[in-house]
Amino acid sequence: MINHSLKLPISLKVSISIFIVFWLIIAAFPFIWTLWGSFKIEADFFSKADWMNALFAPRTIAEKGGAFTGDGYYGAWVQENFWQAVINTTLVCFFVVGTSLTIGTLGGYALSRSSYKYTFWLLITALIFRAMPPITLVAGYLLPFYEWNLWGHLATTVIVLVAINQPFTLWMLHSFFQKIPKELDESAKVDGCTQFQAFRHVIIPVMWPGVITTGLFSFLLAYNDFAITSMLLSQNNQTMVPKIASFMGTTQTEGNVMFAVAAVVSTTAPLFIMVMFFQRQIVSGLTAGAVKG
Amino acid sequence: MKHKTFFWFFLPTASAMLLFIALPIFSIVIQSLFTPHDAVIIVTENCDPFGCKQETTIDQEATRDLRKSEPLGKFVGLEIYKDRGHLAVNEVKEIWIESNNFTEFKKNIGNLPFYRAMAFTLTFTFTVTPLMLVFGFIIALAVNSLHHNLKGLTIFFSLLPMIVSPLIGSLVLFWMIDSRGIIGEALQYVFEDPDLSLKASTGLTWVMLIVYGVWHAAPFSFVVFYAGLQTLPMDTIESAKIDGASRLQQVWYVVIPHLMPLITFVALMQLMDNFRVFEPIVGFSAEAHAQSLSWFIFNDLGGETRLLSSAATSSVLTIIGVSILLFPVLIRTWRDFNEKSAK
Repeated sequence: MINHSLKLPISLKVSISIFIVFWLIIAAFPFIWTLWGSFKIEADFFSKADWMNALFAPRTIAEKGGAFTGDGYYGAWVQENFWQAVINTTLVCFFVVGTSLTIGTLGGYALSRSSYKYTFWLLITALIFRAMPPITLVAGYLLPFYEWNLWGHLATTVIVLVAINQPFTLWMLHSFFQKIPKELDESAKVDGCTQFQAFRHVIIPVMWPGVITTGLFSFLLAYNDFAITSMLLSQNNQTMVPKIASFMGTTQTEGNVMFAVAAVVSTTAPLFIMVMFFQRQIVSGLTAGAVKG
Repeated sequence: MKHKTFFWFFLPTASAMLLFIALPIFSIVIQSLFTPHDAVIIVTENCDPFGCKQETTIDQEATRDLRKSEPLGKFVGLEIYKDRGHLAVNEVKEIWIESNNFTEFKKNIGNLPFYRAMAFTLTFTFTVTPLMLVFGFIIALAVNSLHHNLKGLTIFFSLLPMIVSPLIGSLVLFWMIDSRGIIGEALQYVFEDPDLSLKASTGLTWVMLIVYGVWHAAPFSFVVFYAGLQTLPMDTIESAKIDGASRLQQVWYVVIPHLMPLITFVALMQLMDNFRVFEPIVGFSAEAHAQSLSWFIFNDLGGETRLLSSAATSSVLTIIGVSILLFPVLIRTWRDFNEKSAK
């Protein structure tokens, strides 16, 4: 029955098509709708009178002179300084991905090349750490961070996110490195390389597919995090996701909901582009852990 | 690899995890046993012609000094665990004695904040996990029978609900189900009730959060199962066909057993991940009707007064919960590893 779509009876074919269309609408429509609505004013996107207002935007035309308005974006980016959050997110993501890949590749490589029993226990410990909800750790951070004036800075958050990211990064890279034949670096060592030289000259050139996939997931974790960033960053240093949450908290006045809508669209757009380019890597990353086990 | 080389390779990642995961876990256990110092109170006697009055004032300076010198507070043992905001030992005992039957007991327990959060977290975990497995499996089967050119596009759109931050995903849905949003108005129309609001009732709020949970998690099981379907043993399918198995029987007796390891993997991962449900509650502003354990901690930590001890206690209890869910995963990993080393 698999890959034999031609052999499927017509009724089954139709119901499959209907189901796929149904699922695609569920999956994609909310995003398209929000993108569309972000160019309207609140009275249209949240219309009490008629939902069609969101499509034809009579109030937006009446107030702004056109069916589309960039007011939400202007309000979010300029008035509410969303650009600051964008810069903060960029910095956090860049350093989180860089640092966690650097220390993660070293650790993951070591785990895949050592045959002693303790590697197993280290992986198990990492698995236990992976299961901890990040928010449960925050109470443990706050006291020392206040005491030593570390609270609120981007650097502190980067280090915390790197650490929280490590268990997952280690597991993933460990399984990628295991697929690289051990003979490669063994023969380099026979030729007189130290372990580090073997890693540097033989492994690094061939490890990039695995590293890029792992990097994507590190990026997603840093980009999407709310629990840690909302707790550990001061107002000025907030990244995009906690910034959007603070839009929601402070305001329900006219227009401000549209700031949040515009900010949500601005945050989601880079992810769309990322999925477009790296779809295959994301899929292989999701299945890497599963197929192996 | 030699022990020494291994040590140096592993040191950076190990120290990051030790300092920022292991140490905080240790720290919250300690913190949960302490409570902030009470304010230092000075009793002064003021005498005037009409008699003497005792006045109590708070010695601000002494309080500040005491709190600064011992930031942890004073040791109270397991008191915080037993208080009304957490396990509520006394209240539970009272309810047990006063309640006539089990339904009444359950209802009264539901009024205690910690048990309410626990109830929602467990309901969410154990409904979303099976539903996302089933839904993801059906999508995988459907996509697998599509024409090759359509597969990539379908996968692209299917990934979206999973890839966006849970907070953003829930906000996007929240705006649509708002009573002035498109789905909200559609529901009002369908049920002919212009005042219908999903936000107003506890039951509907839970349903809404669960639907969100499935929407967010189904792509994960879909992708994993879809990858599994690519490795289906075609000859088994062929022989099942020759034996006269219907499509449903082929799925039930060949496909599902083949995917079983993946199903277990996804289920175990999801149990742990759904247990930490938190952002949707913020996104849907659902805290009046549904609170999860993680939200409970978040609420203690936020705001002007950061209730660290209380948050630490909830954290320890949550970690105990996660550990119970984690146990089957550990057993499975242990078995896998032993099988591999036996080979």
